[in-house]
Amino acid sequence: MSMLAVSSLAKRYHRGGKPFAAVDDVSFEIGPAETLALAGPSGSGKSTIARLVLRLTEPDAGRIAFEGADFLALSGAALRARRARLQMVFQDPLAAFNPRATVARVLDDPLRIHNIASRAERPRRIAALLERVGLDANLATRAVHEISGGQRQRVAIARAIATQPSLIVLDEAVSALDVSVRGQILELLLDLQRQERIAYLFISHDLGVIRAVAHRVIILDAGRIAESGDARAVIADPQSAIGKALVAATPRLTRNRP
Amino acid sequence: MTALLSISDLSVRYRRDGVEVPALKGISLDVLAGERLAIIGESGSGKSTLALAVAGLLARGAKIGGRVDWFLPASAGAKAPLSVLPDISPSRGEIGSSAAGSLLATSKIGEGGDRQLISPLEGEMSGRTEGGATERLLLMPGGNTPRLGGDIGFVFQDPSSSLDPVMPVGKQIAEVARTHLNLSWPQAYAKAATLLERVRLPDPDTALRAYPHQLSGGQKQRVAVAAAIAAGPKLLIADEATSALDTIVQAEIVSLIRRLVSEDGMTMLFISHDIALAATLADRIAVLRHGELVEFGETGQILNAPRHAYTRSLLAAHLGLEAEPLLDRQGASA
Repeated sequence: MSMLAVSSLAKRYHRGGKPFAAVDDVSFEIGPAETLALAGPSGSGKSTIARLVLRLTEPDAGRIAFEGADFLALSGAALRARRARLQMVFQDPLAAFNPRATVARVLDDPLRIHNIASRAERPRRIAALLERVGLDANLATRAVHEISGGQRQRVAIARAIATQPSLIVLDEAVSALDVSVRGQILELLLDLQRQERIAYLFISHDLGVIRAVAHRVIILDAGRIAESGDARAVIADPQSAIGKALVAATPRLTRNRP
Repeated sequence: MTALLSISDLSVRYRRDGVEVPALKGISLDVLAGERLAIIGESGSGKSTLALAVAGLLARGAKIGGRVDWFLPASAGAKAPLSVLPDISPSRGEIGSSAAGSLLATSKIGEGGDRQLISPLEGEMSGRTEGGATERLLLMPGGNTPRLGGDIGFVFQDPSSSLDPVMPVGKQIAEVARTHLNLSWPQAYAKAATLLERVRLPDPDTALRAYPHQLSGGQKQRVAVAAAIAAGPKLLIADEATSALDTIVQAEIVSLIRRLVSEDGMTMLFISHDIALAATLADRIAVLRHGELVEFGETGQILNAPRHAYTRSLLAAHLGLEAEPLLDRQGASA
């Protein structure tokens, strides 16, 4: 059974008075514990698809089935309940959090809002979440603007897993991190996927990162799917023009150069 | 090859929340005339501070020690450099070596954290691509002080903030040419049109009158590059100039910069967090970490025989298209 099934999704925006298709007839499925990557140049529709799947934006056409339910038909309490199972991590956690909030507050919110733990129980749950993402429990009292970028992204992941989601949308979640930190965060995501069987919709402009962590990849161009398939196979031998251009543009570490 | 500039024991400290934070600790290196030198490092390595120090763009509060000596030819630093000439000539490639030899400018930018030599900016800040109004050019005593915009072109990461949003891009480029090459406005606009062609902007005549918001990110960065090279600088500094762009546009801008640097015989300082990207462009690579120069060598040596453990860890952390995926398919696949 697919965790998420998207069919014939479409979204048009207006630019300079003229309509243009940000997302045009996009269909895909993600299974449990699977990572599906969305790749493509700026403006190809990657982030719009993320926003549609999260229902931060309503589509003009198409269907989204999440855990078997018609996700677009949900509203009110039913939508809120289902949303706990569908989480997100963005590129810049500082923009996603109240910067003056403490780490504890950031993690307390989802536990409270979704009635996951009682007030008395929450500090212990917060400590456990921090430990799960490789952070010291003492970090809970720090403000989110005081901690490093890598630590903040771990807090964002802790917040995302607080509600025990089946799917996390990761929109350029490792793009702003230093390479040494990036590797650790990717390892953490893979470990969580193995342990909790979480599926990822992994959005990135970086084919190297996608190849390292994704099972399948969809390459987008101007809102449409240009090609899709096994991540390693597509990146090794892209068939579409945009896929070829993306692979050709990715910098190589060519050893043994003169 | 001889040095265009020589950095000796350069230290920079910033004050943050009342505490002094070292950004650079005793960096010494020569930038050779005509070479493409990449400075790489992670956040907090000091790579951008080094670029700003070379350009004389450090914030006024910065405490600076050490020196930067420039070896500019007599014609530079004052009047029209070679690129006033109507168009590109292949002989431009000679600038690098003709700049060699004559030690004409030995600029001292302070010793042992002494702030006395740091004076407020004299004259204008020149081109629009060169940062905010709060920044100050270090006044360097002695002969030919390199002029930002004239002798040094600077391309920043985000063209949306380095370009003036309410001025047509043609004027922003023409302004640099007018200021540094003593051109009239019509001459400066003609130069701007030529430059927009050189940076391959589609329909340059229309683009002259466009405002930055009417251009894509990649087109804006092409405009920023055009403004940076408008006065024919000896040194082009690109500080994470492609980091905000997508992979395809990044490759286009890198290829554009490579072509322009080669055509004009410029020396290039390429600041990047991406060792693979830097390696596609650079003759030599300097690796910075926590404000220190940990390794410096030819690109081939850095890639094939890195001496420092940190360089090896950067190479190992690179996720290329040939590396073994992190994903264990047996373990994770459903």
